[in-house]
Amino acid sequence: MYLYDEIDQRFVDERVRQFRDQTRRFLDGRLGEDEFRPLRLQNGLYVQKHAPMLRVAIPYGMLSSRQLRKLAQIAREFDRGYGHFTTRQNIQFNWPSLADVPDILAELAGVQMHAIQTSGNCVRNVTSDPFAGVAPDEVVDPLVWSELIRQWSTFHPEFAFLPRKFKIAVSGSDQDRAATLVHDIGVLAVRDVDGETGFRILVGGGLGRTPMVGHVIREFLPWRHLLTYLDAILRVYNRFGRRDNKYKARIKILVKERTPAGFARAVEDEWAHLADGAGTLPREEVARVAARFTRPAYLRLAVRDDAFEQRRLSVKAFDRWAGRCVHAHKVPGYAAVTLTLKKTGVPPGDVTADQMDAISALADRFAFGELRVTHEQNLVFADVAQRDLFELWNNLVPLGLATPNLGLLGNVICCPGGDFCALANAVSIPVAAAIQQRFDDLDYQHDIGELDLNISGCINACGHHHVGHIGILGVDKAGEEWYQVTIGGRQGNDAAIGRIIGPSFARHEVPDVVAKLIGRYVELRDDPAERFVDVVHRVGLDAFREAVYALAD
Amino acid sequence: MRWLIDRDANRDDSWLERAAGAPLGPGLGPELVTLADWLARRDELRAGGRPVGVLLEPADDPSALAPHLSDLALVAVRFPAFTDGRGYSTARLLRERLGWTGELRAVGDVLRDQAAALARCGFDTLALRADQDLAAAQAAIDEISESYQAGADRGPLFTRRLQPAAQPRATAQPRATAQPRATAQP
Repeated sequence: MYLYDEIDQRFVDERVRQFRDQTRRFLDGRLGEDEFRPLRLQNGLYVQKHAPMLRVAIPYGMLSSRQLRKLAQIAREFDRGYGHFTTRQNIQFNWPSLADVPDILAELAGVQMHAIQTSGNCVRNVTSDPFAGVAPDEVVDPLVWSELIRQWSTFHPEFAFLPRKFKIAVSGSDQDRAATLVHDIGVLAVRDVDGETGFRILVGGGLGRTPMVGHVIREFLPWRHLLTYLDAILRVYNRFGRRDNKYKARIKILVKERTPAGFARAVEDEWAHLADGAGTLPREEVARVAARFTRPAYLRLAVRDDAFEQRRLSVKAFDRWAGRCVHAHKVPGYAAVTLTLKKTGVPPGDVTADQMDAISALADRFAFGELRVTHEQNLVFADVAQRDLFELWNNLVPLGLATPNLGLLGNVICCPGGDFCALANAVSIPVAAAIQQRFDDLDYQHDIGELDLNISGCINACGHHHVGHIGILGVDKAGEEWYQVTIGGRQGNDAAIGRIIGPSFARHEVPDVVAKLIGRYVELRDDPAERFVDVVHRVGLDAFREAVYALAD
Repeated sequence: MRWLIDRDANRDDSWLERAAGAPLGPGLGPELVTLADWLARRDELRAGGRPVGVLLEPADDPSALAPHLSDLALVAVRFPAFTDGRGYSTARLLRERLGWTGELRAVGDVLRDQAAALARCGFDTLALRADQDLAAAQAAIDEISESYQAGADRGPLFTRRLQPAAQPRATAQPRATAQPRATAQP
């Protein structure tokens, strides 16, 4: 966990005062709606269907138990007793009142949190791998670099009014778990032949209206140049990105128009002036930031815990959970654990204040007081001793946080949708619920195998439907809610954008469509290890189209 | 009268924007002209020692002024809407790449809540929109007292953290990296 020093703290304290003044001016009528809008958005405040929605930053997904308790308190005092974890590792409160928001931000500042740049046409909260620092396949720990990017982007004066929003994700492992290929900039930490840290830089990925996979514009950027190179990319985008049409304003459109090679040349030309300039990172600064991260005081444990293995043999439900939700750890005797927020009947990503308090207590007891938020809208205890896993599981089950559906159909990624979001064309949570109910049998889910099902209520794609093995997108047809289905999307190192199977469906038809797709997959798969998405890429869309549309014709 | 602030003193002045291609005013008063006019008419403009400024639009390339900066008394950058952030990059390029040290002015939809970012990018005068409060805009410049990243006004925070300015280093002081709380008070 990165701990603020007094200067970091002053930034958030001063921001609270500044926003309190801006809000007062707006409420007094001294600041117009058009002028207040970008200011409130840069503090994460949307005006939504029922009330303002406040999006609180959780930089690269890391939270302390103390911070989560504060979020619980805010949920109780200012909201309706719950919060919603998002696909960008943030948390949203759906029911605060505008006049209370400065007080909420002051509460957050008290635990080194803020809502800075969680919305607006600026550099958004930086995201990373939820297993950063603990994954066995990690090449470079991305946390320090993520924090350096957080600081660099915070109140960046040149890039507060970009053509459109801008999202950066950082990963440092062989397997990409931060969706870096579908971000405006993906930063992949790597090492050169001498073991020096550097970054592979991708630009122009993104979901939304025009989904694209990012392009590598630099294979290896030595670490000290990270921030000046980001400055160069952002400057090219700020100057030349389209501002005439908000649907063509993301950097991916500029990259496409100029071609990735042409865009890379423009960045390199700009960077030639910035390289080795004032923004170049000194080794001491990287060490200073690294030293402000608390690190778990691991015990010396055996690689494998016998009691854990024996419990797996004797308790079937525990074994199933351990197989799905417990992950390898680079420290002997430890594991990372996913707390799934995908119980059937609960909107994906929603957590009540009571659950937050209970999770905080468990984090203190089992996980060094820390947790992570994942872009799949689950939580992670990154550092749990294997010998504690059974006890932890026993505590998670009654809280509804141990549903062993991670990686399976039930682990639906889903945006708040039309129930809450003013942008949505259609509801998404009820669709997720209907699908989860239809496939509530966990044995059947396990039989189907790995399957990412992602749902977005509109083209903005907060539910990442484009990279779902099955993606569902709410669309508006003459004022009615319809759902377009894509298949073949995937995240990770070989990220791909799903393809539309055909005409869209009414809401009540969606579970049947999913069932038909899965039925066809089960017929076509060579063996149970071949995933749904693998079959789609092997045989193409037609076989699936036939299964879904045959009767309708 | 137009509201005009700079970091040190509020002031009013007599720069007049001259529309593209418009005839010059009588006498030798200051003229603020478009980039195209400057490039096409600079001999006429300079005649008689009249102070001349160039007003850059968001899409103008500031490097076009590189050979001419010594002839100019003012460079202004227009913000057609405060949400159009191109002028911030224009300003930094003028200050940090082209070495413009003269007056750099933001004009157009210039509001108090953007004053700090404008100042950080190198603007030293802001021609505020007519409805803006002058004193409030001045105060807004320092609402956030530090800045993490390099700007046209100062280097990145880490240089100040690592080397506390104006504080002579005691011989026995540990290195800043070993003592993260020992940071500079700006």
